[in-house]
Amino acid sequence: MRTDITKIDEKTPHQELTEGLMVFAGGTSKLFNTGEWRTNTPIYYKDKCKQCLLCTPVCPDGCIPVKNSQRQEFDMDHCKGCGICAAVCPFGAIEMKEGQQ
Amino acid sequence: MAIKERMSGNEAVAFAIRQVNPDVMPAFPITPSTEIPQMVSTYIANGEIDTEFIPVESEHSSMSAVIGAEAAGARSLTATSSAGLALMWEELLLAASNRLPCALTLVNRTLSGPININCDHSDGMGARDTGWIQIYAENNQEAYDNFIQAYPIAEDPRVHLPIMICQDGFITSHAVENIELLEDEIVKDFVGEYQPEEFLLNPGKPVSVGPYSVSNYAMEAKKNQEDALERSSEVILEVAKKFAAVSGREYGLFEEYRTEDADYIILIMGSAAGTAKEAVDELREQGKKVGVLKLRVFRPFPAKEIAQALKGCKAVAVLDRCESYNGNGGPLGSEVTAALFREKVMIEAVNYIYGLAGRDFTVSDATGVFQELEDMVEQGKEVEQYQYIRLRK
Amino acid sequence: MSDLSLKTIMNKPERLAPGHRMCAGCGATIAVRAVLRALHEGDQAVIGNATGCLEVSSFMYPYTSWEDSYIHNAFENAGATLSGVETAYKALKKRGKLPEDVTYKFITFGGDGGTYDIGFQSLSGAMERNHDMVYVCYDNGAYMNTGIQRSSATPMYADTTTTPVGSDSNGKMQNRKDLASIIADHDVPYVGQTTFTNNFMDLHRKAEKAIYTEGAAFLNVMAPCPRGWRYDTPDIMNICKLAVETCYWPMFEVDHGKWILTYEPKKKLPIEDFLRAQGRFKHLFKPGNEDLIQQFQDEVDRRWEDLLYKCNR
Repeated sequence: MRTDITKIDEKTPHQELTEGLMVFAGGTSKLFNTGEWRTNTPIYYKDKCKQCLLCTPVCPDGCIPVKNSQRQEFDMDHCKGCGICAAVCPFGAIEMKEGQQ
Repeated sequence: MAIKERMSGNEAVAFAIRQVNPDVMPAFPITPSTEIPQMVSTYIANGEIDTEFIPVESEHSSMSAVIGAEAAGARSLTATSSAGLALMWEELLLAASNRLPCALTLVNRTLSGPININCDHSDGMGARDTGWIQIYAENNQEAYDNFIQAYPIAEDPRVHLPIMICQDGFITSHAVENIELLEDEIVKDFVGEYQPEEFLLNPGKPVSVGPYSVSNYAMEAKKNQEDALERSSEVILEVAKKFAAVSGREYGLFEEYRTEDADYIILIMGSAAGTAKEAVDELREQGKKVGVLKLRVFRPFPAKEIAQALKGCKAVAVLDRCESYNGNGGPLGSEVTAALFREKVMIEAVNYIYGLAGRDFTVSDATGVFQELEDMVEQGKEVEQYQYIRLRK
Repeated sequence: MSDLSLKTIMNKPERLAPGHRMCAGCGATIAVRAVLRALHEGDQAVIGNATGCLEVSSFMYPYTSWEDSYIHNAFENAGATLSGVETAYKALKKRGKLPEDVTYKFITFGGDGGTYDIGFQSLSGAMERNHDMVYVCYDNGAYMNTGIQRSSATPMYADTTTTPVGSDSNGKMQNRKDLASIIADHDVPYVGQTTFTNNFMDLHRKAEKAIYTEGAAFLNVMAPCPRGWRYDTPDIMNICKLAVETCYWPMFEVDHGKWILTYEPKKKLPIEDFLRAQGRFKHLFKPGNEDLIQQFQDEVDRRWEDLLYKCNR
């Protein structure tokens, strides 16, 4: 009875929607691509990055994954291009470029 | 072995709660239902049950906490009356749309204003379109029996809707009458353990409750809720059958009292049904063919069944203990006449408003109603189709 | 208290999934991510949420951003709703209906509308009853979800859509309500007021304390809204810094009745620095409005002195 949201869309008959519109699963919004909203795009210069991780908590969308205390590439499926990460980077390792990159 | 006792309606429901021993009860006091949370608190204080009682700061919070607790997987309930129910209104809708099988024991009292503590059905009727199942009791016995049946109805997977068990304020809630109680073990077996499939506190299985929904889904969800309410009819009858097997007391969607051959029927809900039955007995002695249809299940509204039950009579008096302020009659009046029309049962139907804010309703009032129906049909007397009983003019 | 370095805390799995519809640069989800990071790994949680931006954006059917169980009920009752969930936990634990080794924590989020105003009674009730839960207000100082109307958290003179600046108006006429102090006066075990700092240590530490202190806890997190405050989205961390350095947004906690200042600026900056950075205060910088800024400064000073007194400084 766990919810597979790939089986729910705007054409789903009413009987097949979940009871009370509850969702019996976590984190299903990952399937929604907010990266399309981007009008500016962060560019990550790995060579300049000192892995201080200051950019990671400031992202409203959790688009800077961290693995073994190292930041990874941006999650461009979801990054909305707000530019906070670039503003806090002390090393110029993130640059905002205009448009959907 | 049935236990013979003498109890008020409030005591009877509190005793039923004791026997069910629900998980969580948030409540805020309001006359005339206050005794119920008081008695439950006393049962808890004396170690007779281990329900978690939340002394919330308002009725809005009591229903909010019920919703939280029920969604979390706990069998929950609250008690209230009148303005308390009105304050919960938004939350009543959410309990139903979130498909939570919680319970509310309502002790019917008029809504303000003017502020008044006595009985009418304006509180319950005000919640008639909130998506709750509503079952009304004539007396303490029915209030008790209905509460015992509440969770098995609400928690049935075909239903998953909240349920309101109603009794008349003071008239039923405070009057002490004879009652037959079931043994604790029988109630425990009958109600069973609450085992929801999905709930907030299911480790490793997160659930999200209460989404924002765009119109592409919201209308479909509302239809599903309506379907569940319709399905609850058959569940109510199934549960009643099982209840009869353990108690010997039979219940349906409504009770037909001496209606088989009746020409004139009073359709009524709650404690005044007893008064109307008394009038029927008196008139039957005089050879009058009269009867009472006492509505038990107001939501879902048994429209078809009511129309079919009335089709053999010449006229029905629909008695509303509530004013709708729509210029066209009370809620029961509107719904019953609509039901008759849809089923093409073209009998006379007069809508009477009675007993507002505790106004008396007596046997002679009921015999007067029967007389008026008869005069209308037999003598062609002009009768106002929507009128008040015992209004000073 | 666990290791607070970013190297450690950022390794934790995200409990708020991306794909939510909050605006680019929103402060609210920065706050949510930070609070949820304070949950110990292995602990389960039920998250509550008052109606508001966060709710309509993070659980839009069938997309939920919440990795934990989540309940949104209505606008004005996040406190009562979560108190029901928390009580259910107690009841089910007591009756052996939940595994003994499972621990749940209860955190509810509300904006300042749902917290300071319409949900205030529900919050007060839940705090007074001392449910083992944390109420987190992401305070962006106006009703942003409905389009930037003033709330009791809105600072004086802010230009909002219900306190618009005009020929006869300088914006909101009243000072903001000091909710953290009001909740502290409920005598709950823990209250913290914080916002975003570069290393997020203050917020992380307070969130962890709030979550793991037994009983009711309240966290007031200033979470700027670029749209409502009118600043460029990348500037959020600077705005937060100025709020703290001017003492507009003091960082403090009240731990079992003890008031503690958790940060004291070395040199208190003038309030202009905070105001100038935001479009909602633009009118204060017109010639002739110097006295308005002075009044704002006086109020900040008065409250700061009061806080120092409470903290025995």
